Amino acid sequence: MNNRMLRRLCGEVYMKQNRQHYVLIIPAIIICLVFFLLPMMKLLWLSLTEQQGMSYWYILTKPMYLRSLLSTLLLSLVVTAVSLIIATVVGLFLTRYEFKGKSVLVAMLSFPLVFPGVVIGFFVIMLAGRQGLFAELGLALVGERWTLAYSISGLFIGYLYFSIPRVVLTVMGAAEKLDYNLIEAGRSLGANRWQLLRDVTLPALTPGLISSGSICFATSMGAFGTAFTLATNLNVLPMTIYTEFTLNANFAMAAALSLILGFITWLCLAIARRQGGSSLGLGG
Amino acid sequence: MKKGVYFYLQLIFTLVVCAFLIVPIFMSITAGLTNNYFIGIKSGFTFRWVIQVWSLYSDTIWLTMKIALITTVINLCVGVPCAYYLARTRTKFSGFLDECLTLPIAIPGMAIALGLISVYGGISDFRMSWLFILVGHVIFTLPFMVKSVLAVLQSINFRLLEEGAASLGASFWQRFFHVIVPNCKTGIVSGILMTLTLSAGEFNLTWMLHTPITKTLPVGLADSYASMRLEVSSAYTLIFLGMILPLLVAAQWLNRKPKPKA
Repeated sequence: MNNRMLRRLCGEVYMKQNRQHYVLIIPAIIICLVFFLLPMMKLLWLSLTEQQGMSYWYILTKPMYLRSLLSTLLLSLVVTAVSLIIATVVGLFLTRYEFKGKSVLVAMLSFPLVFPGVVIGFFVIMLAGRQGLFAELGLALVGERWTLAYSISGLFIGYLYFSIPRVVLTVMGAAEKLDYNLIEAGRSLGANRWQLLRDVTLPALTPGLISSGSICFATSMGAFGTAFTLATNLNVLPMTIYTEFTLNANFAMAAALSLILGFITWLCLAIARRQGGSSLGLGG
Repeated sequence: MKKGVYFYLQLIFTLVVCAFLIVPIFMSITAGLTNNYFIGIKSGFTFRWVIQVWSLYSDTIWLTMKIALITTVINLCVGVPCAYYLARTRTKFSGFLDECLTLPIAIPGMAIALGLISVYGGISDFRMSWLFILVGHVIFTLPFMVKSVLAVLQSINFRLLEEGAASLGASFWQRFFHVIVPNCKTGIVSGILMTLTLSAGEFNLTWMLHTPITKTLPVGLADSYASMRLEVSSAYTLIFLGMILPLLVAAQWLNRKPKPKA
């Protein structure tokens, strides 16, 4: 009784000064409004009014833009699928077993998370460029340099590089919450390894896979640095936006394309959030 | 659990994946310290390339540090109060605000940069100065600071702590600085580390916002990858890794799981 009265009294004091905390949000509102919302509105305005309002129509009808959009979507889809498979194997392995040096492996897997896209592009050149590891390997094995870096496979390797850490860490988080009693129960009922994986483990991991998959897809869609460093002949969407802006000085087109890109990535991260994932859409 | 053939298969697979991520890092470190990479390590080690990078690009390194530090200070002053407000208020408006502040994470840097150029590109004094890049970095990293502090605030019962302090006569600002801030210290520190790493490595936005006189380290990296010999690019990458790896190690150390008590 006494305690409750005290709480009410305190609550009143607390409420009386409730107004002041509105002051705290003002700087954030100003920054967000002036340097983010206003520029975004301007982009939307430009994309709708310039070029007689035809920008979005051009994206759907001109093969150059449509091809860029579709190939970026396809590349991101494949990268996401492959990273999810790799991450499921690695993630399940790293959560299920305890062994010496495990923490070192986990650290190795998480370091590349914040490498910028340009550096990852350079790593791809190191691995698969003209003087890279694969080239030396090919020279030693079949007497021919394997150079993958400057083609779509180079982009694929680079995208995989920044996707794997993201997805592995999320899968590990989901796998830690797995109920191993269910697996034991399944095993005692005679299910084999693959049945257990298909019917028990994977369904339990699904929300984590969906959320990390969408984050991975969004990051791949927006990745500019890697494609920029490799300068491949394949025009991924961010590269197309960049060329429209710098070489063709076509602001309206660049605005329309980047808004479409932004809408796709925003949608992916909204899906990820619904599945309870954190929205770590950085890098690339 | 018995470690059968599947254990070793998975172990080998995991090691291959780790090698894929780690080998290029080591390759670029050795290439940056080798006399002639095309001949190989037997051509001897040297700091020549690192010194050359320093003489060519040291201004980009200083600018990157300056921008990263100032971005962090701004994020602290703006982000921490903002997180507290969002944790305390549950209205439609605060929900909308939360959404707007998180949006820059979801929008590619390219779009943000184009927007900034379209609105402020005409103000040439602003466009030509490093402040233009700073603005981009703040927009891009602020959500990470807010989220990181907000996560801590949502995990503690800060209202109870504040009520306690209020009943003892602490004013609003006293409560904010002496109760709220110390209690979300871990969130603030991880937000700081994240801001520093992200700002130091930001390329997508910065490439669009930079001018020839305002080049940051990642912009310089892209420049050297396109025009310099492999050893110089590697040495430059080495310097970059040397700058961000301590931040990463610190972040890992901070986020390490507390050992289960026996």
